[in-house]
Parts: sequence; structure tokens; C-alpha cells
Amino acid sequence: MTDISEIYETIYEAIDEFHASKGEGVLEKSPETILFGAGSALDSMGLVDLIVTIEQSLEDKLDVVITLTDERAVSRKNSPFRTVEALAQYIHLLMKEQPDG
Amino acid sequence: MDDTRVMLITGTRKGIGRWLVEHYAEQGLMVIGCSRGEKTFDHANYRHYTLDVADENQVRSMFSDIRKTDKRLDVLINNAGTASMNHSILTPSKTVRKILETNTLGTFLFCREAAKLMKKRGFGRIVNFGTVATPLKLEGEAAYAASKAAVLTLTQIFAREFAEMGITVNAVGPSPILTDLIRSVPEERIQAILQRQAIPRFGEFRDVLNVIEFFIQPESDFVTGQTIFLGGVS
Repeated sequence: MTDISEIYETIYEAIDEFHASKGEGVLEKSPETILFGAGSALDSMGLVDLIVTIEQSLEDKLDVVITLTDERAVSRKNSPFRTVEALAQYIHLLMKEQPDG
Repeated sequence: MDDTRVMLITGTRKGIGRWLVEHYAEQGLMVIGCSRGEKTFDHANYRHYTLDVADENQVRSMFSDIRKTDKRLDVLINNAGTASMNHSILTPSKTVRKILETNTLGTFLFCREAAKLMKKRGFGRIVNFGTVATPLKLEGEAAYAASKAAVLTLTQIFAREFAEMGITVNAVGPSPILTDLIRSVPEERIQAILQRQAIPRFGEFRDVLNVIEFFIQPESDFVTGQTIFLGGVS
């Protein structure tokens, strides 16, 4: 079972890759960093880019294929995209739900 | 760096999908195909996945494999489709669900996953499949025509959402072609449909190919969200 620290590490690597592709750094690598909604440094397209980069990093680093655009992602009262911490916990949950999780 | 273009075609076991695979593999593209059945074509430039286009997990796994193996995707042709010709009162919900899953959900999933892959290089061409049954409002094809009407709406909205990624999304709407899809339709019914076209003949694979070629050529980077119906149907 993947430890949540590995998920944080993967998200931070994805943030590095995201910054490299944009040519600028706007996101702090911290659990409290806001990704979605008020206070986020990302516009809607930036969030899409980051989510795709994280999905691909999870495939490459942790060998897990999950879809982060799960319906709970947009229907939850507290969106799992709100902060890095919420996203890490959401990914951890999705990985646990996988057949071999 | 390998500059071989990579094309993904759905529904490649038979019919036009199989024909397109042969055509583009011979043209030197790396062609990836998929269908619910095993592959029916072997070529050095062809790789096949056996899957259901509406199964999200299978689709995600295939795209993950394409990303790792081919590192790119230039063209997606969403050809996979299923139909059922029957009066709506005699059509079971199970049939409607299957048509919507294959035609509409399948197209949605493949466009979504293809865009994730294409955006990395800032280039992509997606061609979806509609049908003249939608503008002709054909009786007996309610579920099929509606599922394809949804594909045309998806095409228009994806065109806007993916534009800034350098991806164009268009659709071809074939008129009747002699394939398995219309095998069960009575001859007189097919003839009646042909007579509603400006050019009343059966479509051929080359007619569809011609439209695809136009949409995917590099010069068509200002053409997106469009549907071209064959046979003069509008």
C-alpha cells in the first residue's frame, strides 16, 4: 500500500513539472497550498493542466492509473481539489478503492 | 527523435475502421486500434487493444500504455459505433443504453483522454463520427440518431475547450455505406434514405477518408467544431 508521503512527493514533482512547462512558479509545495477556488493562483486551465500532470505522474512514479475527475471531485461539499492536502487524501482514498489497493 | 505520427482509431475489427487502419498503416503512420474483439489485421505499424470503448478503466489503461510506449498521439478517429433500427416503441431500454454507451460515452472518454495526451505537444486532430440519420430525423433510428446528435454537440464544445491546446475537433457524418451497420435495414428503406440525399448513391469508404484527410491535415488548424455530412445532406 502506498504511503501518503509518496503521494505528496508525486504531487510536488508534478508541481515542478507544471512550473517547468509554464516557465514560472506560482504554487508553493505545501499541503496548505490552495489549488481551486478563492485564493488559488491557478485559473481553470491551469488547474486542468496540473490535474493531468498529477495523473500522469501517478502512472509513472507509482504505477497506478486513476481518474482524478471522479464525480465526487465536483460534487463534494469540500472539493478534493481545494488544497494539496485535500488532493493527496483524495488520491489516497482512490488508491485504496482500487482492486489491488 | 522519432517523428512518426501516431493515430488512434476506434472500432477497427471490421468495416471502415478496419479499412482505415490498413490505409494509414500503409501510409507509414503508427496506427493503434481497438475493438471488443480480437484484432483482424497484422502490420508492423499496427497495435491492437481489446476493450469496450465505454469502459473507463480499460480506456484509461490503454491511454496510459500509449503515453508510455508511443509518447505522443497526433490523431484520434472515433469510429466505433453501434446501431439498432427499430420503432422506438419496440426498442428496449437495454438497447438504448448500449447505443448511448458505445456511441456517446465512448466518444466522450476517448476525446477526454486523447486531449490529455495531445496537449503536451500542443497539437492534435480529433475526428468524430456522426450520421445523416440525425439531420434527416430518420424514423426507426431514434436512439442511434440521438446518440450521434450528442456526438455532434460534444464535437462543438470540445472544439472550444481544446482550442487553446492546439487540438481541433471535427466530425464526419456518413450517409449509408454498405457495412454491417445497415445490414439489417430493409432495401426499400435504404433506397428511401438515399433519395433524400442531394447525391442519391451509397457512400464509400473513400468518401469518408476524403473528409478525414481534410480535417487532419496541418493546414486545417483553423477548422474546428465542424460537421461535414456526406451525400449533400444538411
